[in-house]
Amino acid sequence: MSRDETMVIVGAGHAGGRAALTLREVGFAGRIVLIGDEAHLPYERPPLSKALLKGESSLQACSLFSEASFMASGIEHLSGVRVTKLEPDLHRVTLDDAVTLDYSKVLLATGGRSRSLDLAGRHFSNVHYLRTVDDALDLQRRLEPGMRLLVIGGGFIGLEVASTARELGCEVTILEAGPRLAARALPERLSDALLTLHRRKGVVIHLGVHIDSVHGNEALESVQLVSGEHLHCDAVLVGIGTQPNLELAQQAGLATGSGIQVNRFLHTSAPDVYAAGDVSEMQRADGAFHRQETWRNAEAQGRLAALNMLGQQAPFETVPGFWSDQYEFGLQTVGVLAADARVIERALSGEGMLLLYLDARSRLQGACGWGAGNSVAKDIKLCERLIESQVLLPLDQLADIRVSLKGLLRGAHA
Amino acid sequence: MSDQWVEVCHVDDIDEEDVIRFDHQQKTYAVYRSHNSEYFATDGLCTHEKIHLADGLVMDFVIECPKHNGRFDYRNGKALNAPACVNLRTYPVKVEAGKVMLDTQGQGNP
Repeated sequence: MSRDETMVIVGAGHAGGRAALTLREVGFAGRIVLIGDEAHLPYERPPLSKALLKGESSLQACSLFSEASFMASGIEHLSGVRVTKLEPDLHRVTLDDAVTLDYSKVLLATGGRSRSLDLAGRHFSNVHYLRTVDDALDLQRRLEPGMRLLVIGGGFIGLEVASTARELGCEVTILEAGPRLAARALPERLSDALLTLHRRKGVVIHLGVHIDSVHGNEALESVQLVSGEHLHCDAVLVGIGTQPNLELAQQAGLATGSGIQVNRFLHTSAPDVYAAGDVSEMQRADGAFHRQETWRNAEAQGRLAALNMLGQQAPFETVPGFWSDQYEFGLQTVGVLAADARVIERALSGEGMLLLYLDARSRLQGACGWGAGNSVAKDIKLCERLIESQVLLPLDQLADIRVSLKGLLRGAHA
Repeated sequence: MSDQWVEVCHVDDIDEEDVIRFDHQQKTYAVYRSHNSEYFATDGLCTHEKIHLADGLVMDFVIECPKHNGRFDYRNGKALNAPACVNLRTYPVKVEAGKVMLDTQGQGNP
């Protein structure tokens, strides 16, 4: 890799930022151009719905770079800039001010945007979304003791914002169209535990409900459910998922599905074009494509994309996983929680629990659990190693907490 | 600087190949017992984001942060992989009369 090469990274979120940093860390001396439509240097998003929203963290604390490390890196950051065109044949991108930039390799880390909810075609000043730090700071200004926050969507963003808002003394109501909370990512057992927790903390939760009509002028003042019930609010947080930013890749003729399709080396269908993070949809060994919107995926794919852009041929092998913090509890998952898996539950201290997902040969494929603080972390990390090692596990002993997971792992290596 | 040895716990209060959190005078430490029952101490919070390392997993001489998978060698504090890139400070530890003692002013292994 020579000094006159240019690496262009489209998207200055976590994955893009990690890729830029990694390029320098491993000694790439050429030009790195990191282009993002936000005004800020790359930052990690998990605190946005938690510590940052609560006023206990700052953009600086979430940033991947300090100002000093950024200056020292010599990375060119084009902030508030969009890439409007990608021409793989010409190895060129066009920016929104019509400037063009030639690249040696390009990484698409365009992430996603909040899926918007159609409120009878109207715009209300107090309806919020949460994707960026600016979104979080806008919402933060609304959260005062006693204010009524209506959360639309019972997924992780909705639940974490509900938790933070309750801790700030807000009155919180969650509306979820499905039959249970966080159903796309969690088993029923954990959905039920979250429901119990939030209700105990004073959140009003309506499951299986749909909005019939919205009322208000400049601000949304109330919604009426199909059931006829009327709910008043001072502000609304909509958390109904994200939509990957695929347009640039689609216009360039790249293969896309629910994301930009990549192989295990994070190559897209076009030469010298890579994709990483929330927007990438990677093909697994079974042939199916999977897209992940997690911190872990952004971190690992951002790093791997950089290494492969520099000529390595390293496959993506990171076991998937995520966490969520709500009130004084922490939830973590690792691996794949398949619907047809055999599930064994281990009790942990307090209200904590760990669910082990085994395949037909009693090898661990996934695990999820929760407990006070980060107490589930040790077990989840052991599960990650058990998944990687694919050791055969003794089904009849797994529910017994006196049987240590570390012992089973060590036994496999003995 | 003078030594500031403080008592952490009884030697058996930490399981083999495990870690506990120890708070003392507005500071938090992580105190480790290795599989061969040597004792070590580092700063208690991960250098990547301020998270208590004592909730992390100890395997051999490595502590893994409970959230972000940053790993450190707890004998010398060395950050082993991203996202952790700043080393942990370490502190001298000794065992006296069945108690684990930590020197809050000292510098452990570099």
